[in-house]
Amino acid sequence: MKLADVTTEEYLHHGGMACPGCGAYLGLRLALKALGKNTILFNVTGCIATTLIMGVTKIPYIHTLFENGPAIASGTDFGLRILGKREGVNLLVYAGDGGTADIGLQSLSGAIERGHDFIYICYDNESYMNTGGQRSGTTPLGAITTTTPVGKKISGETRPLELKKDMLEIVAAHGTPYVASASIAYPMDFMDKVKRAAETKGPAYIHLFATCPTGWGADPSKTIEIARLAVQTGLVNLFEIINGERRITVKVRSRKPVTEYLKHQRRFKHVLENPDLINALQEYVDKKCARLGID
Amino acid sequence: MEVWSGNRAAAESAKRARVQVVSAYPITPQSSVMEYMAQFISDGELDAEMIRVESEHSALSAACGASLSGARTFTATSSQGLMLMAEVLFFASGLRLPIVMALPNRSLESPVNIWSDHQDSLVVRDSGWIQLYANSVQEVHDMIVQAFKLAENERILLPTMVCYEGFLISHVAEVLEPLPQEKVDAFLPEPDPKWAVFDLDNPFQINELLTPEAFPEYRYKQHTAMKRSIDVYKEIGAEFQEKFSRSYEPVMGYKVDDAEVLIVGLGSIMSTTKYVVNELREKGEKIGLVDIKMFRPFPEKEFREITRDARVLAVMDKDIGFGTSGMVYPDITRTWYNRDGPLTMNFIVGLGGREVVPETIKRIYEIAQKADRKVIEKEGEIYWPDTLTEVIM
Amino acid sequence: MSKYLEYVKQTKHTVVYPPGWSLVNKTGTWRSLRPVIHQDKCTKCGLCWIYCPDGAVEKKEDRYEINYEYCKGCGICKVECKRGAIELVREEA
Repeated sequence: MKLADVTTEEYLHHGGMACPGCGAYLGLRLALKALGKNTILFNVTGCIATTLIMGVTKIPYIHTLFENGPAIASGTDFGLRILGKREGVNLLVYAGDGGTADIGLQSLSGAIERGHDFIYICYDNESYMNTGGQRSGTTPLGAITTTTPVGKKISGETRPLELKKDMLEIVAAHGTPYVASASIAYPMDFMDKVKRAAETKGPAYIHLFATCPTGWGADPSKTIEIARLAVQTGLVNLFEIINGERRITVKVRSRKPVTEYLKHQRRFKHVLENPDLINALQEYVDKKCARLGID
Repeated sequence: MEVWSGNRAAAESAKRARVQVVSAYPITPQSSVMEYMAQFISDGELDAEMIRVESEHSALSAACGASLSGARTFTATSSQGLMLMAEVLFFASGLRLPIVMALPNRSLESPVNIWSDHQDSLVVRDSGWIQLYANSVQEVHDMIVQAFKLAENERILLPTMVCYEGFLISHVAEVLEPLPQEKVDAFLPEPDPKWAVFDLDNPFQINELLTPEAFPEYRYKQHTAMKRSIDVYKEIGAEFQEKFSRSYEPVMGYKVDDAEVLIVGLGSIMSTTKYVVNELREKGEKIGLVDIKMFRPFPEKEFREITRDARVLAVMDKDIGFGTSGMVYPDITRTWYNRDGPLTMNFIVGLGGREVVPETIKRIYEIAQKADRKVIEKEGEIYWPDTLTEVIM
Repeated sequence: MSKYLEYVKQTKHTVVYPPGWSLVNKTGTWRSLRPVIHQDKCTKCGLCWIYCPDGAVEKKEDRYEINYEYCKGCGICKVECKRGAIELVREEA
């Protein structure tokens, strides 16, 4: 897909309450552009559910509970099927990392395992931003959140990166027919993936890296730049797994050091003063990129 | 005539209601309801989709999703399962989705107990679901079909649970008259959804954040719909009577006319009570019973009518509100408070499946018959007639 | 009774706002920095349009324009513009 081919149609009315420069809100806007009007949006409790108030969407929309988006979509999938209305309708579940990796993991796993035909996009901003920025299962090593603050004894998230929940691997292990990682900095790549997810029969999962300038302590104008640096440093890798086959969709020619990414965000302020932490992060990224064949 | 268990009767009724989506998760004593439904679908007797979910939370969530697509939706659970659903119960009722649930009652942990009392359904009595209580296999069979008609009524649009005791009704085979399919089709036509359904041509938002500016008004709407369901259930009961020759009222009395003591309660214990009433009436005792078929909304006007002339209401609760009374009791007292009415007493019985035998009910009658304001002042009004309270302090 | 409560009175069940009601939220008032497109430098590449989270950059027949009623002033368009055709100007208080 080329930029010129992207529809000028917008599926969100103006007046949505997202923070300026919100990566997750951009993700939704682009996803809906890729899917078009025959889409039902199941928006799991989280930032975006709080921004989509007062009739923002131009498509059928439900704000689900925190952990049951995929279960509700399961019911609609089978309900429309028995009523003969399933053809040509996209069911999109849009959820944050807390709703996906933590509280909603069970219902996501169940809906995938039952083979429901739906698209699940997790916008990952690496913490519970809607409730004020608490630590989640995808918060990276070192990051300051409101529940991993800087203190005299302990500072930031201490859980090693190897244990951070890798949703892509978890979903891929289910045998999900379409799994992809994406970034808001690469909109064409992301929208292509959304389209492929829609064409997939059965469950499709996209993990979308989405900058949160408010929660990360970054300049909102740098939302895209930060997301791009995450890819260019190798912290985020863009690929898709179709029926078990992994394909890198965005190659990085010469990876930048992780500090290039870290330096724009106040949540990593203390990491930049800690060479051990920087080394740990860099080592992890190097290993991961070697394993995935990114370089 | 057939001989069916309560769970079979529930499933056979849902089949006759031509449900389109079934979503449930196994739990004792509910499991056989979903097993029957699965068999009906596998045999081609019922054209429906079954969602074999991974938890009760998802069972009711999937039911919500199905209902939002416009399908007639059925679910079932018990006990711990209902507790896991608790969050979604409020979600479903707030969304005004006419989901029907079969609920074989079972006690709640801890300690583990799989037998029957009303703790589970009564804990969620204020979740915005209409609650009907059946006291026989026939009633379970009749009520599921009634529940769909009530829930889907345009003036109501509320989820409805049909409660009946685990094992005592769910697993006991009784003789019943199955509802003939063609008569059910006439009584309960295909759904014409008046509730919120996803509409691609006329899209709208469901469950948005609502500020205090209008939240109380929405709650009031829900409340008035709930209140209205008493009259609508009466209408449905009358139509049911006409078509199937069995009568249903929100509250049903038995030998109340000259009764001095009325035993009040819900569920299968009322069958035992009926037996005791007959026995004691033969001995000239002025006893009667009031069987509450509809507990939410609470049909207070109807209840007052039926209990007006009694001297004492002996309310049996197969549940306990820790530190207060049983959970049925406050609704009974509230019904008569500020009015010149009968004395009320509360009897906690049958917890965790302890059998409520005729002797227990006779003892309740004896205590109630002797009671007056002085006795209540001295002895209190809450009794545990089948519990060894003196042994365990 | 407010216009909104009027709506609540007639609406059914669970639909709490009419679609598009959000247009009353003039998010342009949040802005402290105003992006200005210098059309003479603009190559119509569309990056500002695709990257705007709020869809506040509008694609017109021959140009891109910013909808100041709703632009929140995040400045992504300025940073992403490869030609330097977008300038951020402080809003008058």
